[in-house]
Amino acid sequence: MDEILRVRDLRLATVDKVLVEGLSFTLSRGERFGLIGESGSGKSLTSLAITGLLPDAIRASGQITLAGEEVVGAPERRLVGLRGNAVATVFQEPLTALDPLMPLGRQIAQPVRRRLLRQGLPATRPDITREVHTLMDQVRLPDPDRLMRAYPHQVSGGQRQRVAIAMALACQPKLLIADEPTTALDVTTQAEIVTLLRSLVTDLGISLLFISHDLAVVGQVAERVMVMRDGHMIEAGPADTVLTRPRDSYTQSLVAAAARFDAALEGDA
Amino acid sequence: MSLISVENVGFAYGTGRAVLEDISFQVPRGANVGLVGESGSGKSTLLRLLLGLETPQKGRILFDGAPLAARDKRFMRGYRTRVQAVFQDPYSSLNPAHRIQRIVTEPLRSLKVAGDHHKMAQAALEAVGLGPDILQRYPRQFSGGQRQRIAIARAIVARPELVLADEAVSALDLSTRVRVVDLFQSISQQMTMIFVSHDMGVVAALCDHMVVLDRGRIVEAGETRAILRNPQHAYTQSLLASIPRMPVPAQI
Amino acid sequence: MDDGVNIAARVGSRKNITLWLGAVLVGVPLLAGLVSFVWTPYALSDMVGGRLETPGWAHWAGTDRLGRDILTQLMVGARVALVVGCGAVAIGAAIGVMCGILAAFATRFADDALAAFFDILIAFPTLLIAMLVVATRQEASLGTAILALGIGLAPIVGRITRILTKQVLGQDYIVAARVCGTSWPAIVLWHIVPNILPFLGVNLALQFGLAVMAEASLSYLGLGAPPPNASWGQMLQEAQGTVYSAPWGAVLPGLALFALVIGVNLLADGLRDRVSSQRGEA
Repeated sequence: MDEILRVRDLRLATVDKVLVEGLSFTLSRGERFGLIGESGSGKSLTSLAITGLLPDAIRASGQITLAGEEVVGAPERRLVGLRGNAVATVFQEPLTALDPLMPLGRQIAQPVRRRLLRQGLPATRPDITREVHTLMDQVRLPDPDRLMRAYPHQVSGGQRQRVAIAMALACQPKLLIADEPTTALDVTTQAEIVTLLRSLVTDLGISLLFISHDLAVVGQVAERVMVMRDGHMIEAGPADTVLTRPRDSYTQSLVAAAARFDAALEGDA
Repeated sequence: MSLISVENVGFAYGTGRAVLEDISFQVPRGANVGLVGESGSGKSTLLRLLLGLETPQKGRILFDGAPLAARDKRFMRGYRTRVQAVFQDPYSSLNPAHRIQRIVTEPLRSLKVAGDHHKMAQAALEAVGLGPDILQRYPRQFSGGQRQRIAIARAIVARPELVLADEAVSALDLSTRVRVVDLFQSISQQMTMIFVSHDMGVVAALCDHMVVLDRGRIVEAGETRAILRNPQHAYTQSLLASIPRMPVPAQI
Repeated sequence: MDDGVNIAARVGSRKNITLWLGAVLVGVPLLAGLVSFVWTPYALSDMVGGRLETPGWAHWAGTDRLGRDILTQLMVGARVALVVGCGAVAIGAAIGVMCGILAAFATRFADDALAAFFDILIAFPTLLIAMLVVATRQEASLGTAILALGIGLAPIVGRITRILTKQVLGQDYIVAARVCGTSWPAIVLWHIVPNILPFLGVNLALQFGLAVMAEASLSYLGLGAPPPNASWGQMLQEAQGTVYSAPWGAVLPGLALFALVIGVNLLADGLRDRVSSQRGEA
């Protein structure tokens, strides 16, 4: 199977504190991988390390191989290229990820144009507009003509997150990282975004690294999961196994907590 | 008689669109009622009305039979001793400049409650599972879960009859959340509680009654168990269907 | 992102140097000013030496064109600078903090009006406002100068107080305090003031530097403290004619002024970093 991401013995640390240690996992083409962790687990830092966006004060060691290229220690110039075409990230809060003063259509058009130029394809205005329409269609944004002219504050949170996903897909990444992409959304919207992410992985044949603290959401998205705590891997395996028959006591406590609210919803509380 | 009775309440900020329309429900004494809704449902505004921070333009709210008069200072002083609140963000609801002692005893001092404030603060902290040794420390020395416990201690220190909680566990990690829900459950044995949340699971675990709000209106209200088993309104149904559930172990 | 990493705390040692350097630069004139109350090398207005003597054993900083000791003048000048700085900041803070908090609490209309008023006043140079105030009095005196500068600083303090207060008002602990039954005056006293003070204090230190500079300018223009109150600005003005023949007469008060203003700024900077790294954990 095609390997898209390999993390080996990753260690992230500042001068006086180790934040992530001994982290290893791989991600294959077309795979949906879930990273579960509570606050301070190091899951977001791991995603930043993969895209080479760590703050200066944090040093990475170990190996991160993304689409055949080494990320740890790579010069910024190489990382920019990698971020442009191998990996793209969707963050928790779409309102801060989008430019409030730019119409949504133009925000999606920018990465589209960069990719067309990079691939040596014609990048005239009609070409770009056609691509933007295709992307908006892919993320199931309704009424593209109106939304292209709209500003971020004029559309709902769910639609903003779809625009952010469209922007991420615009550079045709091999790996999509979604860092708590549904945490700021209402449950009904969350369900739609989860469905969208699943179908995108299938339709486009990309890989998904889904990061969340919410076990049930990860369970719906990922085939394979890894549980992190305090910068260490606690448990990893197929989602169904880890979330139903966890071996580690910490995972067990998380699963029991989530199951308790589920049980309450069934009226068994 | 109901402790809280909301009668045909309508509210709008300034001259804007109505945030709440024709809201009516009862909270019996000793009950635990959940107000459930997504963003834009008006649940937070309803909470502000119940706290007397805003006044409804239409309808009225009765507390123990008397209309809630937010502008009547004498009434509000009595109301504050009987109604307290816990907020969502434990990082912004505690004054960073004050020691825990000062934070927890604030209602006692402001409302001029008689008695040994230090002893009462110790008792309140004990009730939320924190030791008296933390009284001289500052909020920044505590984790989110511990801060929320301190906020709960402040809410119960004056022994109110009603505690209002605004998304009080939403900002907490799952393992912390379970423990704080347990804490709310034990506290709710001694007082009436209104729990505002978007999280149906938490409300289901805590509340015996619930009110479902959508775009400023009540779409469904009643016993929690009955609504969960057999939701009547289409909105409640879609809300319940959207909640992600844990995978169920395969039956062998 | 959930992984809270306090990077700011790690660059702490470099910030400490800022703080210490500031403390020394402020400490020396403070000490000199305090000592001048009980002891100066010579009497302030006595012509104790020859005219324009170069710095030497008898007169460490030389003498001016009337034969007065410059070190003595510098020490008294430090006293004047500190008194003026502290006095002006105190008056500016008293008026500004009150107006700023009132503006933050006022209704939408009154708030907009007050904010606009602050902005208009700030558009006038502090010095110009001070000159207007001095002009309304019969004669220049140290008190007038302090009052004038204080009034000039008030709108700057007011504007910052207003913004800081609005930030604090948006915090949940204010709502929590209202629910606890705390009255508005008590909320201002116990919740707002303690939380705007660290940031306001840093700003007031910067205003102090501004006030000292402005006093020197006023004195230079002959609108400051009248003789025999030696102020650094006045010394600069008197040394104007002899800048080439006896440069120490102008260089020394200029350096003193420069060092004090830089020192206050460094001190304020260092204090702000310390405050924000402490708050960072919160």
